[in-house]
Amino acid sequence: MDKGLHTLTLEQQLTQLDEGAIRAVELTEATLEAIEATDATVNAYITLDREGALAQAAAADEARERGDHGALAGVPIAVKDIILTRGLKTTAASRILADFVPPFDAAVVERLRDAGAVIVGKTNCDEFAMGSSNENSAFGPVQNPAAPGRAPGGSSGGSAAAVAADLCAAALGTDTGGSIRQPAALTGTVGLKPTYGRVSRFGVVAFASSLDQVGPMGKTTWDVARVLETIAGHDPRDSTSAARPVGGYCAAARRGPEAVAGMRLGVPREYMGSEGGIQPAVKEAVHGAIDALRDAGAEIVEVSLPHTEYAIATYYLIATAEASSNLARYDGMRYGHRTEEAADLAEVYARSRGEGFGAEVKRRIMLGTYALSAGYYDAYYLKAQKARTLIRRDFEAAFADVDALVTPTSPTTAFRLGERVDDPLQMYLADVFTISCNLAGIPGLSLPCGQDEDGAPIGLQLLGPWFAEERLCTIGGAWEALRDG
Amino acid sequence: MSSSEWEAVIGLEVHAQLKTSSKLFSRESAQYGAEPNTQVNEVCAGMPGALPVINERAVEYAMVAGYALGCEVHLWSQFARKNYFYPDLPKGYQISQFKHPICTGGGVDYLLDGELKRCNLTRIHLEEDAGKNIHAPNGSLVDLNRAGVPLIEIVGEPELRSADEATAYLKELRNILRYLDVCDGNLEEGSFRCDANVSVRPRGQEAFGTRAELKNINSFRFIQRAIDYEIARQIDLLENGEQVVQETRLFNHDTGRTTSMRSKEEAHDYRYFPDPDLPPLVIAPEWSERVKAALPELPGQKRERYQRDLGLPAYDADVLTQARPVAEFFEAAVAAHDNPKGIANWVMNEVLREVDNPEEGLDALAFGPAQLAELVQMVDDKELTGKIAKAVFAKMVESGQAPTEIADAEGLRPIRDEGRLRALIADILANNPAQVEQFRGGKTKLMGFFIGQLMQQTRGKADPGLGRKLLMEELNSDNEDG
Repeated sequence: MDKGLHTLTLEQQLTQLDEGAIRAVELTEATLEAIEATDATVNAYITLDREGALAQAAAADEARERGDHGALAGVPIAVKDIILTRGLKTTAASRILADFVPPFDAAVVERLRDAGAVIVGKTNCDEFAMGSSNENSAFGPVQNPAAPGRAPGGSSGGSAAAVAADLCAAALGTDTGGSIRQPAALTGTVGLKPTYGRVSRFGVVAFASSLDQVGPMGKTTWDVARVLETIAGHDPRDSTSAARPVGGYCAAARRGPEAVAGMRLGVPREYMGSEGGIQPAVKEAVHGAIDALRDAGAEIVEVSLPHTEYAIATYYLIATAEASSNLARYDGMRYGHRTEEAADLAEVYARSRGEGFGAEVKRRIMLGTYALSAGYYDAYYLKAQKARTLIRRDFEAAFADVDALVTPTSPTTAFRLGERVDDPLQMYLADVFTISCNLAGIPGLSLPCGQDEDGAPIGLQLLGPWFAEERLCTIGGAWEALRDG
Repeated sequence: MSSSEWEAVIGLEVHAQLKTSSKLFSRESAQYGAEPNTQVNEVCAGMPGALPVINERAVEYAMVAGYALGCEVHLWSQFARKNYFYPDLPKGYQISQFKHPICTGGGVDYLLDGELKRCNLTRIHLEEDAGKNIHAPNGSLVDLNRAGVPLIEIVGEPELRSADEATAYLKELRNILRYLDVCDGNLEEGSFRCDANVSVRPRGQEAFGTRAELKNINSFRFIQRAIDYEIARQIDLLENGEQVVQETRLFNHDTGRTTSMRSKEEAHDYRYFPDPDLPPLVIAPEWSERVKAALPELPGQKRERYQRDLGLPAYDADVLTQARPVAEFFEAAVAAHDNPKGIANWVMNEVLREVDNPEEGLDALAFGPAQLAELVQMVDDKELTGKIAKAVFAKMVESGQAPTEIADAEGLRPIRDEGRLRALIADILANNPAQVEQFRGGKTKLMGFFIGQLMQQTRGKADPGLGRKLLMEELNSDNEDG
């Protein structure tokens, strides 16, 4: 039986649309039907935009008939609910924004629309992108389609699950400490966190401004490359956006296994060492990938990132400090949840925020407020910034020697839903391999790399120098060819 | 101790709104006076996902102020977030500068009772304004039009010792910013606001006393009164064996008193940290050189030059430089006719009388500096008597016509036709033989009588010098002949 158009990769869907074999409306209907059939269980979407999606699909079909269409015309894309969509509810998976309808589109959404993409809906995530399991959502947890009963990872768990369950061709996620790559790893999908500044943050609900970056999630390297080509590029509305030309990521993804011949790939001692607490199946799978890349002609060398042990502490100081300030605007004054009863101004603030935020968000606001407080700033925030510089220098030194780094994305495969909710520290450790990348601002790509004994997906992470997304796509495409060949 | 044994220590913080057309971090209009909440975009409203983008014009204005005030202008500075909750602060933080302001050092030289004094500056930093809370009987309202308007905060050293010094310093600072055209200096509209840190100490003591911060003072008169009141209040407390509490105090315009707003214990911990949405503010050296080169002459420099090069008395130099449009008018007139003192007198005594608010410019006058120069030149050339010149000036004020045209049209030019004057003089002498005889007999004081007669005959238009000379000739020559 035909598995349905929605199960095709984005590349296959585009090919069929280009050939006129299918129409965008047909593809969108198939996707919407799949969502209606399965999303009650998966819970990948918070908001579905059936009407909007069909209208955009019809417009894409018309554009295609005119021969004047964008690079993603007619393909169904899901957008993490932390990215603003004009006229379409954007909740950040929080009670405090449960009814918030943005008056403008995020830059990445504008670019998707300009490229003709069909935005089917807004995907579930951890509240304000704070979490590694998607269990911190005011709209309920998400099931991992690749490992039933387990968490999809987070914070972009809904986007990952939507891709894994064929409920969209590709999705946008955001990655502050691993929030694209870790769920991609845990759901057997591909996730790319671009270099900080590569993609505009305009219109993205801020968690930690110096770490946040929007990136694509999909089924293949080529699929995420196509989306990245669309959303990347300079945006004058984001002062941290880089004015550098966008690369040819799709072409890079197609260079085949021979493209890695002669490349120097580093394996960080601190990641693969015994103390990492890595699940044996993960270690084995990643070593298998490393061997395959070596066999294809890559030179594998061990490198050291000596300040890795400080990464989690550094991250949880900087990210929470920025978050404590970024989330101050949710005060019940202009938009969002406002308490029903309050005697005075202070109570409006305390109650609105007390009722609107979930436990993890409150925890991080308190941590961050503390880290910035008079008398503690130097010991915490300032010291964390210094550690951040050292971590960045580790990568500069490593990339002076190697072209890219190969690591596991997550030390374990997907954990069971509810297993870690009462142990925040254990949850924070899930980000141990992904967090340094955000602190340094470099790009990272997570790719499926086998399964553990229970069939849960394992993720392989590639880290590259600043703005080396093309190189990551080349190695990613090569790995896929080696893996599937 | 008597009050003369106490010394006041005053440090001023001035918030000056920059005259940019848009806000500090967004393209939204920054104009004053629009309907509430009509100049609010996603950035001003602190919407999720909104990001700040620096307004380069505001940076340039801060540089202009910095160079003009002799500051060190830093080519690398940093924006920081000042975190606190208030309904007029949409993001829950104000973007300001903290550890690395755009300017440090510098100072303001100001005149007080003819004495040149100086107050040094600590720093100048860029920051965004908050919105406005309007408290109505049935609740509070928020207007976010002002939220995000660019400010420079000019922090002075605690070097002022009296309310007079504070006021003179503020007036000079305001005048400088207006000369620079970076701030319109309107205290009532809040584009030039001042907070005053006031403490007192026994004269001769080096350590500062405990200070109170005075807020909400929106005129020079109120600044004077608020500081004077606060000094007296603190001396009174100390003389009665009580303590001054470190606190913020609000000046009440109606009672002329200051009242406690919040104490140090309630003071905020602003949790400043560098704003991760904004990269460090880096100014290209060429840009700063361009700004420096384009600085206009400042009031203090003009005052000096007017005295040194134009020979004006200090008083004139001071009056003429109080407002840039006046100085420019004066200079344009002097450029057309080189009599600085003569033109200064006319500007100070006549022109300024015709202008309600010289700071707003002299464009409302019907005439310009060229016409004034022409008028002074006519006086200097003795084409007009002082008295008639004033009449011509009055016509200029009404019509804006050139003084030569007015003089011609009204027949106001002095009669310098010798033949005509001699004929009139001959008549006068013929009609007053007794006086002529007395004059010739030695009563030379009668010259005044003859001139009066001549003026009467010419309705005041005879050139007085020429008239006198001709009269003398006629009276004496007849004498010789006889």
